[in-house]
Amino acid sequence: MITKVLMPKLSDAMETGKVIKWLKKEGDAVKGGDVIAEIETDKANVEIEAFGAGVLRKIIVSEGGQVPVGDLIGVIADPADDIASVAAAPAKPAAPAAAPAPSASAPPAATAPAAASAPRPAAGGPLPAMETYQSVPATTAVMPMERVAAGASAPAGGRVKASPLARKIAGQTGVDLRLIQGTGPGGRIVRADVEAARAAPRPAAAAAAPATARPAAVATRPAFVIPPRPEAEYEDVPMSAMRAAIAKRMPMSKAPVPHFYVTSEVDMDAAWALREQLNGLEGQPKVSVTDMVIKAAAMALLKNPGVNAQLSGQGIRVHHRAHIGIAVALEQGLITPVLRDCDVKPLARIAVESRDLADRARGGKLRAQEMSGATFSISNLGMYDVEEFSAIINPPEGAILAVGSVLQKPVVDSGEIRVGRRMKMTISCDHRVMDGAMGARYLQDLKRLLEEPLRLLMSSTI
Amino acid sequence: MAAQAFDVVVVGTGPGGYVSAIRCAQLGLSVAAVEDDRPGGVCLNWGCIPTKALLRNAEVVHLFERAQEFGIAVAEWKADYAQAIQRSRKVADRMAKGVEFLFRKNKITLFPGRGTLEGARVVEVAGQGGARTLEARRAVILATGSEPRSLPGVTIDEKRIISSTGAVTNESRPGSLVVIGAGAVGIEFADVYATYGTKVTVLEALPRVLPVEDEEVSALIARLFSRRGINVRTGVRVKSVTPGGSSVAIAVEAEGKTETVETDQVLMAVGRAARTRGLGLEALSIATEKGFVTVSSTMETSAKGVYAIGDMAGHQMLAHKAMAEGVVAAEAIAGQSPRPVDYANVPSCTYCRPQVASIGASEAAARNGGREIAVGRFPFTASGKAVALGETDGFVKVVADKGTGEILGVHIVGPEATEMIHEFAVGRTLEATVEEIVHTIHAHPTLSEAALEATLATLGHPIHI
Repeated sequence: MITKVLMPKLSDAMETGKVIKWLKKEGDAVKGGDVIAEIETDKANVEIEAFGAGVLRKIIVSEGGQVPVGDLIGVIADPADDIASVAAAPAKPAAPAAAPAPSASAPPAATAPAAASAPRPAAGGPLPAMETYQSVPATTAVMPMERVAAGASAPAGGRVKASPLARKIAGQTGVDLRLIQGTGPGGRIVRADVEAARAAPRPAAAAAAPATARPAAVATRPAFVIPPRPEAEYEDVPMSAMRAAIAKRMPMSKAPVPHFYVTSEVDMDAAWALREQLNGLEGQPKVSVTDMVIKAAAMALLKNPGVNAQLSGQGIRVHHRAHIGIAVALEQGLITPVLRDCDVKPLARIAVESRDLADRARGGKLRAQEMSGATFSISNLGMYDVEEFSAIINPPEGAILAVGSVLQKPVVDSGEIRVGRRMKMTISCDHRVMDGAMGARYLQDLKRLLEEPLRLLMSSTI
Repeated sequence: MAAQAFDVVVVGTGPGGYVSAIRCAQLGLSVAAVEDDRPGGVCLNWGCIPTKALLRNAEVVHLFERAQEFGIAVAEWKADYAQAIQRSRKVADRMAKGVEFLFRKNKITLFPGRGTLEGARVVEVAGQGGARTLEARRAVILATGSEPRSLPGVTIDEKRIISSTGAVTNESRPGSLVVIGAGAVGIEFADVYATYGTKVTVLEALPRVLPVEDEEVSALIARLFSRRGINVRTGVRVKSVTPGGSSVAIAVEAEGKTETVETDQVLMAVGRAARTRGLGLEALSIATEKGFVTVSSTMETSAKGVYAIGDMAGHQMLAHKAMAEGVVAAEAIAGQSPRPVDYANVPSCTYCRPQVASIGASEAAARNGGREIAVGRFPFTASGKAVALGETDGFVKVVADKGTGEILGVHIVGPEATEMIHEFAVGRTLEATVEEIVHTIHAHPTLSEAALEATLATLGHPIHI
């Protein structure tokens, strides 16, 4: 089987990408999920993985080469395959067939039983693309998601709104339509969405062992060169790609999106105490205040779906899952990796995954699907001793939560002044989608969850 | 006089302008429309509509010519070209009045006169009753269209050297006519004049007629036109056009040799240029590119609050494209998020006999796109309905992606081709594949069955051929 390695589209704005490094050489054996190259986009450096197994037969775009999204950059095939036609012309999407050997933690059920029958018929066998999101199989046990195949003619996929062409391409390439957000009318999945998802790399190993699983590759990230202090009074420094992306994106939010802000103060005494207790438990991951806020924010979102919403075409899209974008400050700017399904993930898992995401965000090692798809974002500047601030909504999301430091303050408790821990949170909301009272009710629920933090350890629903 | 204020001021009431005005009004905005000619613009008054009336006349004339074939003996008949023009004018008048009616119905105020931008939100109207100032609270939509181009050094006098505007108004039909340019406009007038008995020569610099169409389409139209006695010459250069006392001399270079063609009249159909002069674009530093106004996906120009649609905004210079852009602009101004116009999915139609219609990529373009394609063809000679009609010239050709069945392009020559193309336009909008088309039951007997058969042919199993 021949698998084409294409330049992935990692964000809406991305038009071209640069191959920074090939981690496999021509002739190296690869299996599905192996990291084969590093790609630089306008926002970050991203690792891409092999979709198919075989041998990296040909590197089309060498290191340093920049090509448009969707262009062929390499070919993976069996040693016996004739790759001449593929390497020359972009054409047939390779059938996913038996290729992707599941990574260590992926459930064995995900191994495609479809065997190597080449042109995949429209029938809806279980699709190996299930592995597309690594965090999904890793948490299958707690995910209330049924697994239906989204084959071209499979009626089981009927709930997914997708064009016939999108279904066909998805069926041929093993892209799972249920994991794609459609950009057509009413969120309909169209061809471009499937092709973007197909071009995006798959994730690899489990997030559970981030420290050992991933090499610290900070060195591969091009340094942001601050020019040496010159004689002149000032100097115009060109924008880094990331800053340019932020500069382009933020006015698209702040100008057209009518923001309103609601601030609330939370009594963090109980949460602080619980956190200390949790962190005292041997063999359990360390939990940060941010992790607790993420968990609480996600739970409160499900209770207040109006806040877990965004403008979509002429309507409002209300999300039924809470995928939380977590703002991570970097030298060059910031990036908002997405922690998916925070409403159902246990707090400990959120702690592990959020640390892993932040580490990899700083290391330029984020994966494509970790950079988009948030339904809500959180920005915590607490570590900078900030009492409160307000954040700019990250479009197309409808709201963002800005979290300040947990500060010790004099508080009045039963008529007496004592020292208590307080934290201020400000939610910025898109007024086109929601109103002040909705934002306030959301904060109220969020405050309650944090003030009665045992609720965070209870089952996913409140 | 104090400025009158409206939410939106639309300058130009051609198909782009009047549609955007109506859509704005539907969305609750108050609208002023400025027009220096008659409402409806070139399309209704001097372009699409009157030419369709003339082409219908030509079709009727042709049927009379064929009366014998249907067993009808017509002792004597006469086709009066002046009356064809008069009928065409009546049709145009009626449609232009229709626009005035729609304006009244939607409470759109029409200001006759020439509009000039005096600021991003101010339009000065110079009309017969003096000047007045219109203030646009939300936006100005520019929709001033285009005008016929000529060759360098050749002046269109609308007598000996005419444009399409002259051609739809001249009641006298020349004995001989040279049409320079074999695009849709040139081909349609060649059809009308030739049917009425004018000796027509078509000169085209490119190697084929209807150069934007698929090569097979061009070849068939050239062959059918030649068979009708129209002198079709492609790959020739017009060196000069010199009007004399009663005729025009055209120096034509073909295969390295220059010769002179004498003709009563010349129809200049070499294309159209955006009509932006005197609009005041420069003062607002509104960006243009190759003469066309640069716009965003919501049709906004580089000046905030100033929108441009239709021919002046580039892409295909087609009325239906302008209308689609008018809707996008209006909805964007009203604060909605309209889907941008999909310029890759605009049908292209030529209303000659037989008609030509297409959408998407030509076979050559699809091949050059690097995809593996499947091409299906079905001739109307194999269509029961076409044979019954006695209209068997032409074919339907479907170009599909071999792997996915995506409909990359469709090219139709034949009866009512311009109506048939929409099956594929809808299909492409919905991202239907060839499978959805062949799964759709097509009524029998219809011309549209040819669409089904050509689509089946991409899969290798047409039934009726």
